[in-house]
Amino acid sequence: MKTENQRAWFFVLPVLLLVAFNALIPMMTVVNYSVQETFGNNLFFWQGLDWFQNLMRSERFHAALGRQFMFTGLILLIEIPLGVAIAMSMPRKGFWVSICLVTMALPMLIPWNVVGAMWNIFTLPDIGLLGYFLNHVLGIPYDMTQNIFAAWVTIIVMDVWHWTSLVVLLSYAGLVSIPEAYYQAAKIDGASNFAVFRFIQLPKMKNVLTIAVLLRFIDSFNIYTEPFVLTGGGPGNSTTLLSIDLVKIALGQFDLGPAAAMSLIYFAITLLVSWLFFTLMTKDDAR
Amino acid sequence: MALELRNITKRVGGDLHIKPTNLVLETGHFNVLLGETGAGKTSLIKLMAGLDPIASGQLFMDGEDVTAQNTQTRNISLVHQFFVNYPHMTVFDNIASPLRVAGMAKSELEDRVAEAADILQLKPMLDRRPHELSGGQQQRCALARAIAKESKAVFLDEPLANLDYKLREELRDQLPELFAGRGAVVVYATSEPEEALLLGGKTALMNDGCVAQFGTTADIYRNPQTLLAAEIFSDPPINVAEIEKRGNEAKMGFNISWQLKGDAANLADGNYKIAVRANHVLPFQTEEASVPITGHVLVTELSGSESSAHFKAEMADWVSLARGVHPYHVGEDHQFFMNPSECFVFAPDGTLVG
Repeated sequence: MKTENQRAWFFVLPVLLLVAFNALIPMMTVVNYSVQETFGNNLFFWQGLDWFQNLMRSERFHAALGRQFMFTGLILLIEIPLGVAIAMSMPRKGFWVSICLVTMALPMLIPWNVVGAMWNIFTLPDIGLLGYFLNHVLGIPYDMTQNIFAAWVTIIVMDVWHWTSLVVLLSYAGLVSIPEAYYQAAKIDGASNFAVFRFIQLPKMKNVLTIAVLLRFIDSFNIYTEPFVLTGGGPGNSTTLLSIDLVKIALGQFDLGPAAAMSLIYFAITLLVSWLFFTLMTKDDAR
Repeated sequence: MALELRNITKRVGGDLHIKPTNLVLETGHFNVLLGETGAGKTSLIKLMAGLDPIASGQLFMDGEDVTAQNTQTRNISLVHQFFVNYPHMTVFDNIASPLRVAGMAKSELEDRVAEAADILQLKPMLDRRPHELSGGQQQRCALARAIAKESKAVFLDEPLANLDYKLREELRDQLPELFAGRGAVVVYATSEPEEALLLGGKTALMNDGCVAQFGTTADIYRNPQTLLAAEIFSDPPINVAEIEKRGNEAKMGFNISWQLKGDAANLADGNYKIAVRANHVLPFQTEEASVPITGHVLVTELSGSESSAHFKAEMADWVSLARGVHPYHVGEDHQFFMNPSECFVFAPDGTLVG
C-alpha cells in the first residue's frame, strides 16, 4: 500500500512563512531599492547598477570599510588569545569554578546601549572615573572625544571588556572536555607545557574556537550600538564604522538607493569572510 | 636498570592509601602487580610514574633518586586499561609523539616508528586516526608508542582488560617477546591470577595498599607465605577451613579427618587453618585426592573442558574445579575428594607453618 502523500508540506509551511516575512521579503525590498532612485511620494525611477558602481569608487565607503576591518581585526587579535589564556588559567574543579564562570558571564548580560553609555561616562575626561584618573591623577592626556587614538583605544577596550567572555566560556568548555588521561599521556611523553598546549589543548579547542572566531567576526563586523553611543562615530569620522555610515546614509541623508546597495555589499562581505574563516579552520577535518 | 621503592606511601586526605612499600623491580622479566580492583595497583603505578605525589619514602631509578623529579623527565611509558591515543593525530604521529618531544632526528624517528609498527602489525594503518581503528588496534597503537620510546620503565596498567577474549590471549602471548631485550623495567598490573602465571617473571601480591608477598611468580604461587597471599593468588577462590591437630591426625568438622605428613605432622597440637586450591578438590577419588567430603551443590559452572561446583560442606563453602564434564545436580549432595598433600597449613594468625 502506498503511504506517501504531500501532507508534509503543511508542517514546513509555518517556518517557510516566518523566514519569508522576517528575511526574504525585507531582503528583496533592499534589492529592490538598490536598483532604483526615489525623491519621496513613493515615486521610484530605475537606476540599474549605478549605486553599486558609485559605491565601489566611493572613498567614503573605502574608508569606512578599512576602519571596519581594522576594528574587527584588532578585536579578534586581542580577544581570541586573551580568551584562551583566561580559560586556561581558570580552575577546572572546586569552589571557584562557578564564581569564575558567573563573573565571566556578567559583561555579556548588559545590553549593548548600556555598555556604550557606561563606557562613555566612565571615560569622560572630567567626570568619568577612568578619564579623570588618567588625566588628573596620572597626568596622561586622554580625551576620547577629541583624540582619534584615544577614541580607538576606548572602543577596542570596550569591546574586549564586553565580549572576551564569550571566547573564554567557549574555550573553557573545550578545555574541560579533555580527559585527564591525555594530560597524563603527554606528561609521560615528556611534553612541555607548551607542547601540551600546542598538541593537545589547542586541537581539542579547535572546534569551539572556530565558532568563537565566527561569532566574534560577525558580531564585531556588524557592530553598531556600542561605538555609536560611545563616540557617535567621531572625532570627525575616525570611528565611523560601516554600520554607522550605513545608518547615516539611509536615515540621515535618506538616500535609500545607495544605502540599499551598500547593505547588499556589506552583507556579501560578511558572508564571504565568514565562509573563508570557516573553510580555512575546518579544512583539516574534511579528510 | 632497576626500579627501587623504599618505604613509599601515598596519602589521600588523612588516609594512607598506599602503606609503606618496599620493592625492587628489575629488568629482564615481567614484574606483575596482582590484586583485586582497589588493591592499589594503579595507585602504585601512578606513584612510580610521578603522576601522583609520593607522601613519604624514596623512588630510585637506576640508583638515582627520582622522588622529586617530575614525570616529563623520568623517561617512562604507560599503557592504560582504556585506550589512550591522541585523537587528532594519525597512528604514525601518535607513535612518534614522544620521540618528537625528545627532539629526535627525522630519519631515526621514522626507523623507530616503522620498527614498532612492524612488531605490532600496524604498518597498513599508520595514516589512520585512532577512531578509525578497532579496540585491539588502538591498544596496539598505545603499546607501539611505549615500545618506540625505548624508555627506562614501562608501566602496563591492565592493558588487556578491555579487549575481547581472543585478542587478549593473542596480545598476552606477544607481550613478553615485545619487551624482551629492551632493557626496560616492565611493570604489569592485573587482577587475574592466571595472567600473572602466564606472564611469569616476578609477582607482587597486593591487597589494601600493601604488598602481601613479592617473589618469582611460580614460587609464590606454590609457596604463599600467608593465607592472604594464597587468597590473592587463587582463582577460583581458595578453599579455607579450620582444623584441629591432635598427634598426626587433622580433624575438620566432626566427620572429616586425615593423617598429616611432612612438616605439618611436626607442628604442636592445636587449631590451624588449611587452604587448598579448587583444582585439588575433585568429584572423584584418586590416589592423591583421598579425603572424602560430602557437599551440598549450590552452583555449577561448565566451561568447555572444566567443570566447577560451589558446594556447602559441614565446615565451610568450598569450590571444586576438575577437568572434564561432571554431571552435578544442583541442590543435591555429592561426594568430593580433597588432596591433603596440596593443603597449606596456616597458624591462626595466617602465617604459613606447613
